[in-house]
Amino acid sequence: MQRLLLLGDEAIAQGAIDAGISGMYAYPGTPSTEIMEYIQASPEGKSGRIECRWSSNEKTAVETALGMSYCGKRAMAAMKHVGLNVAADAFINSAITGVNGGLIIVAADDPSMHSSQNEQDSRFYGKFAHVPVYEPRNQQEAYDMVFDAFELSEKYSLPVLMRIPTRLAHSRSGVVKRRQIPEKKFRLPDDSRRFILMPAIARKRFKILLENYEKLQFDNRLTKYNTFKDGPDRSLGIIACGIAVNYLMENFSDDELPYPLLSVSTYPFSKDIIKDITGRCREILVLEEGYPLVEEQLRGILDEGRRIYGRMDGTIPRDGELNPDIVASALGIKAGKGHTVPEIVKSRPPSFCKGCGHADMFNAIVEAIKPYGIQGVFSDIGCYTLAALPPYSCINSCVDMGASVTMAIGAADAGLFPSIAVIGDSTFTHSGMPGLLDAVAKNSPVTIIIADNLTTGMTGGQESNATGRLQSICTGIGVAPEHVRTIVPLRRNHEENVRIMREEFEYRGPSVVIATRECIQAGARRRKSEKSEKQKNNEE
Amino acid sequence: MKKDIIIAGVGGQGILSIAATIGLAAVEKNMFLKQSEVHGMSQRGGDVVSHLRISDKPIHSDLIPYGTSDLIISVEPMEALRHLPWLAPGGWIVTNSNPYVNISDYPPVDEIIKNIKKVKNSIIVDADSIAADCGSIKAANMVILGAASPFMGIPLENLEDALKKMFSKKGEQIVEINLKAFRSGRKIAEVQ
Repeated sequence: MQRLLLLGDEAIAQGAIDAGISGMYAYPGTPSTEIMEYIQASPEGKSGRIECRWSSNEKTAVETALGMSYCGKRAMAAMKHVGLNVAADAFINSAITGVNGGLIIVAADDPSMHSSQNEQDSRFYGKFAHVPVYEPRNQQEAYDMVFDAFELSEKYSLPVLMRIPTRLAHSRSGVVKRRQIPEKKFRLPDDSRRFILMPAIARKRFKILLENYEKLQFDNRLTKYNTFKDGPDRSLGIIACGIAVNYLMENFSDDELPYPLLSVSTYPFSKDIIKDITGRCREILVLEEGYPLVEEQLRGILDEGRRIYGRMDGTIPRDGELNPDIVASALGIKAGKGHTVPEIVKSRPPSFCKGCGHADMFNAIVEAIKPYGIQGVFSDIGCYTLAALPPYSCINSCVDMGASVTMAIGAADAGLFPSIAVIGDSTFTHSGMPGLLDAVAKNSPVTIIIADNLTTGMTGGQESNATGRLQSICTGIGVAPEHVRTIVPLRRNHEENVRIMREEFEYRGPSVVIATRECIQAGARRRKSEKSEKQKNNEE
Repeated sequence: MKKDIIIAGVGGQGILSIAATIGLAAVEKNMFLKQSEVHGMSQRGGDVVSHLRISDKPIHSDLIPYGTSDLIISVEPMEALRHLPWLAPGGWIVTNSNPYVNISDYPPVDEIIKNIKKVKNSIIVDADSIAADCGSIKAANMVILGAASPFMGIPLENLEDALKKMFSKKGEQIVEINLKAFRSGRKIAEVQ
């Protein structure tokens, strides 16, 4: 029996490898990144048996995975929760076309926003799209569920959503591996017209989807993961979703929970399993990592008759992730108390690495905008968002991938001058390019500064599809070649860089300044691997 | 047997290597383990923490409840204090004495040390100097691991085997330096 020590992300990745996937598609995003990285580092990924290159964004990832599925092969697409917003169009419509080879979409949620701009709960996307959802409770279950999810996907011809929170994605535990299933053969769908969502076909397909969504709640591949355990004390019944059950059980030694417990980790579930609890207990406590999805359904619109405790009545805080202490206090158990933190302990926010090119770029931006006295530098999602903090404090927005470019256009429309966007190279090719086309089409007086560090830096240095292509992308979109400027953000170039930026601010049409300098971390890794490569060659 | 360990430091100080070494040793001993890590944005010079739980019975939560941690291992002194609410009565703190100053309002080091010493069971180690003597300042994390090793309920030889395995890819010399660092740390804890 082989026991591997795996992150929740890695357990899903190993599950996908062992369930015979042929394609893995993803865009990096905390806490989902390690799923793709694990597959890329695996023998199956390295040999090319599994296609596993980064996609430009989450939407292209899901669509490419759907294309792989169309040909009868198993595919997975992984992203952080907000990535599913980007991929939502593909995701929701793939439920209507259905799939051919099994298709799993993984969304890694980030309650408490450790590394995100919101804490949306992806389970709602499952309900919205009428797609089954798996919410593993631990690493082993994350691994095992992948096999069932692929089978379910193929049986009902539906994509399947797997939802994990940060604490599972980034927590390591032992996982027992199964024998690997060979990859599926190339086989086109028997009815390929179902992928053409013209209204006449889509209407039929949607009816089938609705029927399937009713049927599959009784499928053993989902129901076996929802367990009921009776308890002697019926003054309270507990419904715990996903990893919440771990925080609950942590409070009872030797697994001696006195209350009846329904542990839910797949959706949709049948009403019958709820009756196991409601038939026994007058009062119900609902524990969910994320939004009150089950609690809201349980209360219904009338919210009468039964005492229900959870996030909506304040028993559990309405926002933020759960932990054993929050659950303890919901149960009236006195939580443990350690020492208090002395006041001298200061917060240590993240900052630019020593020698980071972004720092020199922002020094230039701060000086370049000074004469204008404006507060209108729109920015985006990446390491460079740290310029919101002192000593720079020079960006005024960070909303969603690509929003810097389009917000700058809107602000220019409203009369802001100069209107500036700062966006990373990878973020630009993720979602900034269509915005630049908007700017070109209406000759908008905006300056887009692309912070090009030749990598996807914040998530740990993944390959960026922008590398080496930015100049031709910008001119190709239609920016006048003389207004696509390239600078090297170094202290010794400061004066020149400030001058170039100001020249482009003054230009009354769309302009781009590409500030290119390799990420200091990525550079160090590159040199290290080149060195060890060289050593290996010398030894041979 | 059940041990709950908090491992703290600043992004890039090698706290995940400490966690991975303990984890490997625990798995070799066929123990259950859960280890939560911090990835992403918080790594950039920010504070990082790992909750490491080992037990001979299955473990539920990936996070350690307040007031129940047996041990805080910290590669940086102020970071040792940040996680005090998790420390159990009678729990140990093993920390590096060398501050990592990347914020302008970093408190005076002697104030920090004074506060650490208020915890009865604390070991403060000049891990940077010891590691330098062993051949590389980068091995400071292994000095700390060595100094914490008597308090984690894992036999010494299992920890040393795990350490060797961890660094084996990096060559014989690196293994030796880290092993020496680990043993020097262990010695300090044994004297205390």
